[in-house]
Amino acid sequence: MAAAFDIGLIVLLVGIGAWMIVVRDVVVATIIFVVFGLLMAIAWVRLSAVDVALTEAAIGSGITGTLLLGAAARLKGADAGGTRLSFPITVVAAVLCAMISASLAAVALLLTYPAPTLAPMAMQNLDQTGLGNPVAAVLFAYRALDTLLEKVVLLLALVGVWSLAPDRAWRGVPSLDTTVPPSDILAFFAQILPPFGIVFAIYMTWTGASNPGGAFQGGTVLAVMWLLVMMAGVMRAPSISNVWLRWLLVAGPALFLIVGFTGVFIADGFLAYPPAYAKALIVAVEAALAVSIAATLGLLAAGPPERMQQK
Amino acid sequence: MSSTMDAFTVLAISCGAFFFVAGTIGLLRFPDVPTRLHALTKADNLGLGLVALGLLPQVAGPLAALKLIIVWLFALISGAIVTQLIVRAVR
Amino acid sequence: MTTATLFGLCSSALVGLGLFGVIVDPHPLRKILAFNLLGSGVFLLFGVVARRGAAAGLGGDPVPQALVITGIVVAFAATALAVALVLRLFEPEAGNAVESEATSAGLEVDGGRS
Repeated sequence: MAAAFDIGLIVLLVGIGAWMIVVRDVVVATIIFVVFGLLMAIAWVRLSAVDVALTEAAIGSGITGTLLLGAAARLKGADAGGTRLSFPITVVAAVLCAMISASLAAVALLLTYPAPTLAPMAMQNLDQTGLGNPVAAVLFAYRALDTLLEKVVLLLALVGVWSLAPDRAWRGVPSLDTTVPPSDILAFFAQILPPFGIVFAIYMTWTGASNPGGAFQGGTVLAVMWLLVMMAGVMRAPSISNVWLRWLLVAGPALFLIVGFTGVFIADGFLAYPPAYAKALIVAVEAALAVSIAATLGLLAAGPPERMQQK
Repeated sequence: MSSTMDAFTVLAISCGAFFFVAGTIGLLRFPDVPTRLHALTKADNLGLGLVALGLLPQVAGPLAALKLIIVWLFALISGAIVTQLIVRAVR
Repeated sequence: MTTATLFGLCSSALVGLGLFGVIVDPHPLRKILAFNLLGSGVFLLFGVVARRGAAAGLGGDPVPQALVITGIVVAFAATALAVALVLRLFEPEAGNAVESEATSAGLEVDGGRS
């Protein structure tokens, strides 16, 4: 029964993936991508990775979908066709890609048991962090350097997006509200949903210490709420030269760095936590990161500034 | 007691699944956007509501049950709003 | 066949499909979509490795799972940058970058006034 469900899900995933590649219209392909992301989230639950499922649904499907739909709508008029490959080259590409798939499938089939695993070690050291969610413990203790650098990558990507602003809008405002026609229903939605969304984001960040969830997922929910109110025109998009906004962007990574360097003096080394305060420190870093992640993801999805601030 | 509850769960989820199937058929078969949305909202609201109702006896406590109901309510709100937006967009 | 093996086959198919789309699709936005499909396939392979490493009462090895979470976030950042580049490339009024000194000076005056 479970295997039948898995096989059905896999057929759907591969079928929808193939449909996304062959369908003609870009907007349709983007909508299919969103559906694909949601089905992927179910696949992650089947693989007992609930944390990843939440991340996939929020980021992989939700906010990436928003970004790509906006881009697809704006590119509709533009001639972004490019040149199509000739038929023989397409066939060659298909054959080569099929060979890569086949070799990966062989790898998947030939993997031997017992599989290598770090799960026992992760569980052994879980007590030291005071957390109950092993994935959060890996993210903020064992692989803390990864998580820190990932935040820096997010900021660098944002700097890259901002640097694509046209000269007239340099240090200006991203124009989100112009991509969506003004609508009283959307404005109503943007007024009733955010209070619940913000509470849910805080809950998700808080519960991430002991249950699936965490700063990434909570931060993404917060970012989506922000995008919703900006798109509906309930709140105006901020100017990217706003000093508060910039502090918000770096607050999380900065606190993470400070805690990391403090570890050199009061614990075993860089990014190490003293066991007595480990949980408190990690939750504090997560809270600050959730806010920074929300600001960064929201601005990444909003795109480069397009006009100057009007007062 | 538990077998009665299990029977209720199976019955409610089957009914929910029926509405999902009916809604999907409507989505594929109806001629224009408003009628398709009509079919779809039946699937979303009633189908998901019945699935949530069916799952209620199976959860651990009242808090988890409350979460299920909240999930259904949020699906209702977003479904209603998105339907309105789509209809206005195609007009 | 176990769940992990089944999803391993699924991930290999997704990688092939995504790679094919990246190579043959002429539309830049479709290339980005296909690249995300390819990425999903790779992440799923990590998920399979995590599931196979289920031990110590966990459903999967948390280390690859944490890596995938990091990966999804970074993939979004890369997608956002790529989309911004594509939009800039096909903007109707391209060529802002070579505007004269006078225009940017005028912008300064404008910025001060507003």
